Amino acid sequence: MSLPVVEYLKLPEGGEPYLEGHKCSECGSIFLGERNVCSNCFARDSMQSIKLNNTGKLYSYSIVFRSFPGIEVPYISAIVDLDGGGTVKGNLIDCEPDPDKISFDMPVEVIFDDALGRKDKDGNSYISYFFKPMT
Amino acid sequence: MSDVYVLGVDMIKFGRFPDRTVPDLGSEAALLALDDAGLNIGNMEAFYCGNLGQANAMVGQRILQEIGQTGIPVVNCSNACATGATAFREAWTSIKAGLYDVVLAVGVEQMGTGLLGGSGSGSGIPKEGLLGSGTMPAVFAEAGMEHSRQYGTTFEQFAKISVKNHHHSTMNPKARYQIETPLDEVMNAEMISYPNTKLMCSVNVDGAAAAVLVSEKKAKELGMQRAVRIKASVMTSDPYQERDLVMPDVNSCTRKAAAEAYEMAGLDSNDLDLVELHDCFATAEMLHYENLGLCEDGEAGRLIDEGEVELGGRIPVNVSGGLLSKGHPLGATGIANIYEVCTHLRGEAGKRQVENAKIGMTHVIGLGSACGIHILEKV
Repeated sequence: MSLPVVEYLKLPEGGEPYLEGHKCSECGSIFLGERNVCSNCFARDSMQSIKLNNTGKLYSYSIVFRSFPGIEVPYISAIVDLDGGGTVKGNLIDCEPDPDKISFDMPVEVIFDDALGRKDKDGNSYISYFFKPMT
Repeated sequence: MSDVYVLGVDMIKFGRFPDRTVPDLGSEAALLALDDAGLNIGNMEAFYCGNLGQANAMVGQRILQEIGQTGIPVVNCSNACATGATAFREAWTSIKAGLYDVVLAVGVEQMGTGLLGGSGSGSGIPKEGLLGSGTMPAVFAEAGMEHSRQYGTTFEQFAKISVKNHHHSTMNPKARYQIETPLDEVMNAEMISYPNTKLMCSVNVDGAAAAVLVSEKKAKELGMQRAVRIKASVMTSDPYQERDLVMPDVNSCTRKAAAEAYEMAGLDSNDLDLVELHDCFATAEMLHYENLGLCEDGEAGRLIDEGEVELGGRIPVNVSGGLLSKGHPLGATGIANIYEVCTHLRGEAGKRQVENAKIGMTHVIGLGSACGIHILEKV
């Protein structure tokens, strides 16, 4: 069985994977990961977990040509604003790593797949999320 | 409250010193600053030491073990790339509070090689190249691309910043490099993280810088001839922004710090004669022209295109060569840029002297985030 790559990626039994946000019921701010206090409005005990949308728009990016040893390059590091709220960073795949082929606000979908074959020291495999241009 | 003055300030020539130690480099800078002030360690009432790489290893005390163990209070601070500015500001605060009249601040760093950031994988598997990139060139590229998104800023405009700062460094004997890099060379250098090529990334170097800060009373007693007045000292952290935890925001904390600094100094950006700002990457410098109010929002590209930020231009930026060519020893940077501005205000900057410089600003950003701004004035 595969594990989720980050705690905000949820793998419900018998259901589809999704990204989880925590939304402040007082001011509406959305965070990735659990927290007790809202860092925007300071409300306590106001956080509610929500299911983030699987579609969004490219906000900013970089094309990475030099990374750490063993990391395959180039790849597109993308910051995506999800429809309905929440901002997530990840790899933009199925898109040429060429600035002329990438446009701000291009619609993308969030897909879930094996974490590029990476395994932890116990041999566990992982499920990650990726962004893919919507056609 | 008394004004606070820089009485002595200096830096070592930045470079690679694998055979030396962090306390050794810090000691050299401390002695240079003490000599510049005409004082010795026995005159210091407190010592604030900035270092990142050995943050848990009592670097300040180890410096005193090399230059004089007088028993004064030592505070070691670490605040990412704002570490040096933090040490300097703590020294300023202590004099402002009336606790001391003469205080030493040192920033020192010995750097490794290669990419910074992105290595913290936590548990599980490495996330680099899987969930985008956490390397510094990529993070600051993404911040620069946000500017491209808003204003159409081009790769070439970002690259021109690197051409300018490398040119400035040819006139700074304490910079790591003194080499011209024409535009085509910058743009055709190895692409690290688009749009930052290798020549658009700051240089990893070892370095140290130090300052002796004094109260007004002490400055008058010791002689004001080369003293520099600290008109403003401000630090901020990153205020809440909706994308901040995913896309580190270096803009809001800089804008907040700049507004507070101008208010504290009773000045605006038109009063500045030079600025040393945090050009950790060429993309970062572009953002800070606007963040520091050197131009209106959306005008940063024009500023570099029209040469307004070059030596001889309307508001010269990073005449030291900046982090891009002088080098960026993380903990030393925030005092090294204070040295640069003071050197101009004293009229001692040689070939790169900004004519008739009376007021200058220094700015650093530590990602995570901490912003430090100082405004300095010729007495």
